[in-house]
Amino acid sequence: MALKKVKGNLERIFDKNLTDLVRGLRNNKDNESKYIAQCIEEIKVELRQDNAAVKANAVTKLAYLQMVGYDITWAGFNVIEVMSSPKFTHKRIGYLAASQSFHADLEMLMLTTNMIRKDLSSQNQYEAGVALSALSCFVSPDLARDLSNDIMTLLSSTKPYLRKKGVLMLYKIFLKYPDALRPAFPRLKEKLEDPDPGVQSAAVNVICELARKNPKNYLGLAPVFFKLMTTSTNNWMLIKIIKLFGALTPLEPRLGKKLIEPLTNLIHSTSAMSLLYECINTVIAVLISISTGMPNHNASIELCVQKLRILIEDSDQNLKYLGLLAMSKILTTHPKSVQAHKDLIMRCLDDKDESIRLRALDLLYGMVGKKNLMEIVKKLMVHMEKAEGTTYRDELLLKIIQICSQNNYQHITNFEWYISVLVELSRVEGLSHGSMVASQMLDVAVRVHAIRPFAVEQMSLLLENPYAIFGMALGSGRPPSMIQVLYAAAWICGEYCTFLSNPKKTLLGMLDSRMVQLPHNIQSVYLQNCLKILAHLLPSQSKGSPVTANLLTNGTEDGESDDQPDQNVDEQEHSAVEPDKVNLAEIQDFLKPFISSEELEVQERAGCLNNFIKCYVKLESKGQIDDISELSEELANAFSSELNPVAVKAQKKVPVPEGLDLDAWINDPPSDSEEETTETTDVFVKTHTAADFGSTLTEKKKVPEPTEEELGKVCLDTFYIV
Amino acid sequence: MIKAILVFNNHGKPRLSKFYTYLTEEMQQQIIKETFHLVSKRDDNVCNFLEGGSLIGGADYKLIYRHYATLYFVFCVDSSESELGILDLIQVFVETLDKCFENVCELDLIFHVDKVHYILNELVMGGMVLETNMTEIFTRIDEQNKLERQEAGLAAAPARAVSAVKNMNMNLSQQIKDIKLPDLPQAIKDLKF
Repeated sequence: MALKKVKGNLERIFDKNLTDLVRGLRNNKDNESKYIAQCIEEIKVELRQDNAAVKANAVTKLAYLQMVGYDITWAGFNVIEVMSSPKFTHKRIGYLAASQSFHADLEMLMLTTNMIRKDLSSQNQYEAGVALSALSCFVSPDLARDLSNDIMTLLSSTKPYLRKKGVLMLYKIFLKYPDALRPAFPRLKEKLEDPDPGVQSAAVNVICELARKNPKNYLGLAPVFFKLMTTSTNNWMLIKIIKLFGALTPLEPRLGKKLIEPLTNLIHSTSAMSLLYECINTVIAVLISISTGMPNHNASIELCVQKLRILIEDSDQNLKYLGLLAMSKILTTHPKSVQAHKDLIMRCLDDKDESIRLRALDLLYGMVGKKNLMEIVKKLMVHMEKAEGTTYRDELLLKIIQICSQNNYQHITNFEWYISVLVELSRVEGLSHGSMVASQMLDVAVRVHAIRPFAVEQMSLLLENPYAIFGMALGSGRPPSMIQVLYAAAWICGEYCTFLSNPKKTLLGMLDSRMVQLPHNIQSVYLQNCLKILAHLLPSQSKGSPVTANLLTNGTEDGESDDQPDQNVDEQEHSAVEPDKVNLAEIQDFLKPFISSEELEVQERAGCLNNFIKCYVKLESKGQIDDISELSEELANAFSSELNPVAVKAQKKVPVPEGLDLDAWINDPPSDSEEETTETTDVFVKTHTAADFGSTLTEKKKVPEPTEEELGKVCLDTFYIV
Repeated sequence: MIKAILVFNNHGKPRLSKFYTYLTEEMQQQIIKETFHLVSKRDDNVCNFLEGGSLIGGADYKLIYRHYATLYFVFCVDSSESELGILDLIQVFVETLDKCFENVCELDLIFHVDKVHYILNELVMGGMVLETNMTEIFTRIDEQNKLERQEAGLAAAPARAVSAVKNMNMNLSQQIKDIKLPDLPQAIKDLKF
């Protein structure tokens, strides 16, 4: 028996302690997992021993292994065993391992309740201390319910250390077991007036956290906090209180008015940057909530802006960042005060710290004017080239578009410049927001008439050489977001095709066989605009001689048989008699891959276009030239009227005609039965079927009629409703 | 509230990890990796606040960090904490470590991570700031260390002897070099032959 003990002791001498484990790990860098597996085996042996010190040693090592990433919950019982040790040293180790590995859903937690209760009432305050520290990490609803009374007892302990920890623990209890809040709250409020500043601070901390979740319930405490704010010197506590007031003022503007003076005093007197910053933030929040301009408030805003300027000018990057952050809050309500500091913000744009540049970007919105817009955008484009991260580049893009388009393009003097900026943006690699650039292009082209020739020229370049810009990506995987600009390009060229220098080239560019790789929405737009360009070209063409018509007919018969786009070179030479004329057969050939597209819309539009051409060619082959010219003229007329942007509120401004009561039931009101009929009738909605090409042609002609007549019906014609 | 406190070195190896919400070990390691990735890209003279890091909490959370020689100290906090205040807290933490370990270096954290945890427990409890006054913090740590020493008392002798032997084997030559011999009395030095 004695021999066993001696032998046991001898063996124990060679147990690894934490230092040995770590050292061993460092010496075994290439077979780490093997070494750790070996150590875990040793730990398991040690945990089976009776000796408490040995077990504690093993648990220490386990806590370390947890940090490296190994799960140790299999040793939960052993951890609890060590936690219950009478020695403080071992207890501490047990509780540490528990705080690292236990969690609220662990079933063995219920074994710990009594032990923790015992420790909480221990004579040694540090035993209670370690229990509290650990409990705050793994408390479960059951533990919270069972131990809440013990925690509340701690609030009246003679030792401030325990009162402090007890108060903080209460918050964790409230989170898991909300019913404890009501009885505990008066006790918590008392702690706000505890003689020990640490306990006071802890109570403020807890109440601030509670109030963040539910500000209304804590408005009543505002006077208490006010008193604390004006009397305390503990900066941490002051910061918490001031942040809390920032959250409360939106609910109670009168509170805000009272706060301005003490906050201003603090701003003037404090030397702590953290406190200064929080005071400024809260003053801004107060002033935003008050919003009615009183003369004193301008002075407060000016003071804030002044102090923020000092922060931004500081060489400490952290202060710069926070200063810019607060400035952007002021910008929303008092842009003029911020504008005075334009120069400072511009300098921040060039800062080497990306976070600061991003903050400065946010402020730019209020800074731009007609004179500096171009300069700023140029700077931003330069940044874009140098930028590494895609998020930053995207932010830059968004910003450029935002500042250029704000207030209906108020600051742009030269729209040609803006179009070229947009085109340049579309050439930058790796940007998202392609549809935004596209919609900008469309917007400008529609609104600014004078710009259209230039826009069309630029867009046709894009259409004719998409490979130069998007080339690499078209073949592989997902196309870049910027490819959406082709949507805009196609529409602009189609709609304003009168400005195209070489419409045939543009047309053929859009029908190129490689275009089937484009996203489907772009293909659909391409096809529609091919129709428009064709509509533009045909009237002049159809007035040509019958000779050309025959040539075209011959072309048709040849063309239908083969499907190879490489043949187009030959075919072009074939019909090279009149190089400017469109060879309809060729076009029908190009349409073939689109007609067999798997996307419905593309298929439909290609089919319609094809059918139209077939009609035309048929009429031509019968020699009915009059009919042809009439047909082509009708087609041209369909696209002849101008499309204007419609304001969002335009519909409201249309006066209701006499005798029309929009609120009267048209049919008898439905009975209050549960059944709902889901049949759709055509009373309110005109269902278009695009397949019937001829009828849509005539419908489009009717569209210029005033919409007043159709108020009772909702017109689905997308050209007139924005 | 503080969601997590991480200390790792310039190569991303964790030296201390404390999470105040429950996460599996796998998630914890992933977060450490991601945080290291974000923080190591930063230059030394940029600001110490990082937003983003989607794994650990989302929109309301910021990473506030400080870089000391070979170690990064990172606190992941939500908007209820003052950014500059937390920077101060990190400084208090490091200064306390310095006082407790006497000129703390990375090796101290490597070999005595349990002690570092005990120190941290006096600053932050359950994700909330417990104490910011260095004197108070140090007093508490000191008293607990005394308790430990009292309990160890005689029983610690064999353990200390074994550690001494191990130590000897490790760096005997270094220790011999480090031995300081007393100075010879001046009179003897002045003897000339």
